[in-house]
Amino acid sequence: MRPETITWTGQSVERVEDAALLTGRGRFIDDLGVRPGTLHAAILRSPHAHADILSIDAATAAAMPGVAAIVTGRDLARLTTPMVAGLKVAVENWPMAVERVRYVGEPVAIVVAQDRYLAEDALDAIEIEYEPRPCVVDPLASLGADAPVLHDKAGANLVSDRFFRYGEPEAAFAEAAHRIEVSIAYPRNTGSPMETFGVVADYDPHEDAYEILANFQGPFSIHAVMARCLKVPGNRLRLRMPPDSGGSFGVKQGVAPYAVLIGVAARLAGAPVKWIEDRLEHLSAAVAATNRVTTLKAAVTSEGRITALDWDQVEDCGAYPRAPEPATLYRMHGNMTGAYDIRNLAIRNRVVLTNKAPTGLVRGFGGPQVYYALERLMQRIAVALGLDPLAVIRANLIQRGQFPYRTASGALYDSGDYAKAIDLAVADGRLAELERRRNEARAAGRRYGIGFAATVEPSVSNMGYITTVLTAAERQKAGPKNGAQATATVSLDPVGSVSVHVASVPQGQGHRTVLAQVVADVFGLPREAISVVVDLDTGKDAWSIASGNYSSRFAAAVAGTAHLAATRLRDKLAAIAASQFDVAPAQIGFAGGAVFAAGDATKTLPFGRIAALSHWSPALLPDGVDQAIRETAFWTPPELSAPTEDDQVNSSLCHGFIFDMAGVEVDVDTGKVRIDRYVTMHDCGRVLHPGMVEGQIRGGFAQALGATFYEELAYADDGAFLTGTFADYLLPTATETPDIAILHIETPSPFTPLGAKGVGEGNCMSTPVCLANAVADALGVAELDLPLTPARVAALVAAPEPARPASERGRAALLGAAKPGDRTLRGEGQAKVAAPPEAIWAMLLDAEQLASIIPGCHGVRKLSETHFKADVTLGVGPVKGRYKAEIRLSDLDEPKAATLTGSVSGALGTGSGSGRVILSAGEGGLTVISYSYEAAVGGKVAAIGGRLLDGAAKAIIGQFFAALARKAAPASARTGFFARLLGRRG
Amino acid sequence: MKPSAFDYIRAGDLSEALDALARHGSDARIIAGGQSLLPMLNMRLAKPAVLIDVMGIPGLDKVRREGDAIVVPAGVRQAALMRRPDLSTKQPLLAAALPWLGHYQTRARGTVCGSAAHADPSAEIPLCLVALDGEIRLRSRKASRTVKAGDFFAGMMVTDKGDDELIEAVVFPAARPGTGHAFKEVARRHGDFAIVGCAAVVTADAIHLAVAGVADKPERRSFPLLDGSALSDALNAFAWDLDARDDFHATARLRRDLVRSLGRETIAEALSCRA
Repeated sequence: MRPETITWTGQSVERVEDAALLTGRGRFIDDLGVRPGTLHAAILRSPHAHADILSIDAATAAAMPGVAAIVTGRDLARLTTPMVAGLKVAVENWPMAVERVRYVGEPVAIVVAQDRYLAEDALDAIEIEYEPRPCVVDPLASLGADAPVLHDKAGANLVSDRFFRYGEPEAAFAEAAHRIEVSIAYPRNTGSPMETFGVVADYDPHEDAYEILANFQGPFSIHAVMARCLKVPGNRLRLRMPPDSGGSFGVKQGVAPYAVLIGVAARLAGAPVKWIEDRLEHLSAAVAATNRVTTLKAAVTSEGRITALDWDQVEDCGAYPRAPEPATLYRMHGNMTGAYDIRNLAIRNRVVLTNKAPTGLVRGFGGPQVYYALERLMQRIAVALGLDPLAVIRANLIQRGQFPYRTASGALYDSGDYAKAIDLAVADGRLAELERRRNEARAAGRRYGIGFAATVEPSVSNMGYITTVLTAAERQKAGPKNGAQATATVSLDPVGSVSVHVASVPQGQGHRTVLAQVVADVFGLPREAISVVVDLDTGKDAWSIASGNYSSRFAAAVAGTAHLAATRLRDKLAAIAASQFDVAPAQIGFAGGAVFAAGDATKTLPFGRIAALSHWSPALLPDGVDQAIRETAFWTPPELSAPTEDDQVNSSLCHGFIFDMAGVEVDVDTGKVRIDRYVTMHDCGRVLHPGMVEGQIRGGFAQALGATFYEELAYADDGAFLTGTFADYLLPTATETPDIAILHIETPSPFTPLGAKGVGEGNCMSTPVCLANAVADALGVAELDLPLTPARVAALVAAPEPARPASERGRAALLGAAKPGDRTLRGEGQAKVAAPPEAIWAMLLDAEQLASIIPGCHGVRKLSETHFKADVTLGVGPVKGRYKAEIRLSDLDEPKAATLTGSVSGALGTGSGSGRVILSAGEGGLTVISYSYEAAVGGKVAAIGGRLLDGAAKAIIGQFFAALARKAAPASARTGFFARLLGRRG
Repeated sequence: MKPSAFDYIRAGDLSEALDALARHGSDARIIAGGQSLLPMLNMRLAKPAVLIDVMGIPGLDKVRREGDAIVVPAGVRQAALMRRPDLSTKQPLLAAALPWLGHYQTRARGTVCGSAAHADPSAEIPLCLVALDGEIRLRSRKASRTVKAGDFFAGMMVTDKGDDELIEAVVFPAARPGTGHAFKEVARRHGDFAIVGCAAVVTADAIHLAVAGVADKPERRSFPLLDGSALSDALNAFAWDLDARDDFHATARLRRDLVRSLGRETIAEALSCRA
């Protein structure tokens, strides 16, 4: 290769993207103009975790002003076919519910209208009758024989169960001095990009072709899934991406089902349709990382050397195993032994379905789940054997001389010097000082701990790793899948200026800056001279299934491929210049905007003269040069081969290394954790832009901080989704994010064109477990699941609670104790009413009287003596919604007691509950009404108002009894009735 | 996430706002800073037919002293109250509590009276009103009345305010000599809804402790100047009496623990700054 003068690559130059982004001139999907006549979609979503759709009545909605079309699952099923999945299992992956809903937030109908406001008005008018089914949200429970089955044809919720065995794990465990294990329930979280999903779709009936603009991020293997689902060949689905996209972190892979839905909506509406997802939709139904239950066992010598690992992973992919799942489970398959030289390995991988939103790509993709277990195990081994945790890590590391290192499960680690990286981190990160601080804090009675994590960060995925989920025989039948095809195009225009195009669709990372640096160095040009275009049109641009912005492939694969294309073009220019100067091509140099012959100062021309020659004077091209106008390079590394017959797979091309250490202090009163110092050492091979690498590390750290302490996409046992806003799904802000110390060593990858490796996901893998190890060290606890919320941390070290004062004890029994995960609303109270029990009894059984008592009642229909239907407006303060209610009375003990059972459903969600009402005659003609209730709330109101539901339920029930009191004894209702009649305990 | 259609009235004076309230009653909502109401509108949790904007009413944006009281009218933004240079001497509890109220951006828009009207059980303004035994001045077209904070907050987002009434102002008693004040809060992140918020007012002969985030409204208890185990017992009884519930962000147990520990710290701080 011609020696290059490296001017730009490796420099932290100013990003070409920033001026536009910082001044509000980014071109995001919602900013781009649309064709006149474009309509707007809003999506109606399921309030139920699992239910049959009995009927959808959209007649009223369809007749509302501005409404153009309403799309239901039946329409979808008519025009599309289910999305192909990575698993060979009888599950129909529809992008919208067909006959049955399987998670809260699942699309059920789409309204297309003149604007989004009108579309949302019409959503409220669609009436859907559901028949709820039992649901399952816990992955282990979903394996139970009596668990409700999500997909009848699949027969069970367990949709994949594979065993892998490498080396001699059984023998290693049999011989081991110690067997140490950890059990982890890793929670669900997500990447939360600032910009949500967006799609603008159009359908051309004459060509039976879809044109869809979406902020999709790849992988473009999903283009094939979308086209097949829409029942068109790939060349009839033109997918375009906007120039800017507001973050993704993997998540925007999940826009694919919506591209299909809005495409179908456009086809049915006969006009272009635009849809921008809102935050509630995003949190409840976009993309979650998988939650996973892991048991990891190690066979360990007395010195702390691990001789074998035994993994048991139960992966929860939610309601549908949507492509590319179960990739989260298999992306780490080659590196399940982490940074350690462990030759014996057993893995059992199960994939289960539950009534939660489908999962997909999220930054770290499988790494957080794996390393949380592996590095917690390392800490547990140290504690169990009385060793220094760092000594256990060091004793097991892969050594420098072993690279390239083939792991037990088949990964080929490209390069590294793990021991040196740790030594440097310990020295430059000042571990000794942390230890001193720990000693001082502990001497003062404070809880201080130090944690470590050593992780291998894979990047540039092998497109074949997902097929490891299939057996060797199934893979044989399907044909081998492998590689990581990257593409880049470099072109020269008639004045010799250079343009670069890549199929990488960035979401803010700064790809244009780095590509300009790399290509400018190839041509010896100022970096400002290079123009880089990164928006993509599958109808015009070069792309492949591996295209896109995922698995940290940009620096290692895409920038390298651009370098390759530029180098090819430059070599042609060298041949042209050589013929012009009458010298050998090897003498031609490129620098300072000129092309010259080395050693002869008279033979130099401006770059543009040579670069434009193919346009203006093709006759002057020397023999063997066809053109020097446009060069498209494709690159795939030979190391990424298909899984072998014995299930070995090189799941990624590059393997960076991270060593983190943290000192934390835990406040046992509040359960809050303060990070005293955080040090992160990285080896990501050759660094192309140090500033961006630092940005990736800081950003990854912040997201990992969220995963550690704040973020969980939470579901109640009944499948209600609980974290639909950023008031409940908590992201760390600048206030919560401490400064960190970043260190580097560079061992360039021998497998990538520029020696670079991925770096963007590493801290999502290393940081949660490093911090958890520090908390475990501080508190001396073994079991520790994320997120480490104040309540969870405080509970780990809580002393017995001071007893309830004697005067209060009577109430404890009544309220009962809730079990974890049970978010049933419970309450009890008393009201005193100035009327005899018989009068109150009569009111409870009288439809007309009930109508005047039930808060916000618009009418009661009496179906039988004890069965009523009502139309009610319920709420507290400004929060009000109209519901259909059904009420039954049972266990009647006239006039003393009755049980009321009711359910409500409306646009804000659903609720059901039951209460026991006891009437007893009190002094002075008063009746004391005692009541206790249990209620469960689902749908939108549970997702966005969880914190307030208990109080709201109490207030609404209070309204009922206040109205009852007022009705029974009007005279007492004039002033302050609420305060007087609804004492907390009478 | 778009609101349903509503009519918008930007009241030019108080009587216009009160007339509109009298006319529309429960179909109308007052809008001031909009920091709680607008998200509710966008999520269609609330669908009022009419919004009455009071921010254009002259004079409502001026804090004033009336004897020993700090009167904060309906148009005063939280940031404006917080910016008053004499706040830490006139009412140190407010000076300590306001930085905990949401974020810089939300305080720049949100109003003091709006927070009282919203009556979130973990909110700082209602907590301070209850701790200081402040008052809420209500006005309708027909009448004006003043309600003690302890009687005004009735439950989760439920207050004693009638549908035709407007909170004209809230009234914080100014600090008196010999009284100590302190505020502490634990939230998951700074600016989040409090898991527990504590406000303590200590006089020559009594401790007043108010707690937010635990019951469905701020609650206040008063004790003599207890310390040691007597104070522990009093705090324990208070903690249990608040009927703490588990929710997604914290357990009932942590809330009771915080009433005991944070409550004690808050009282200690208030005692230490008695002047």
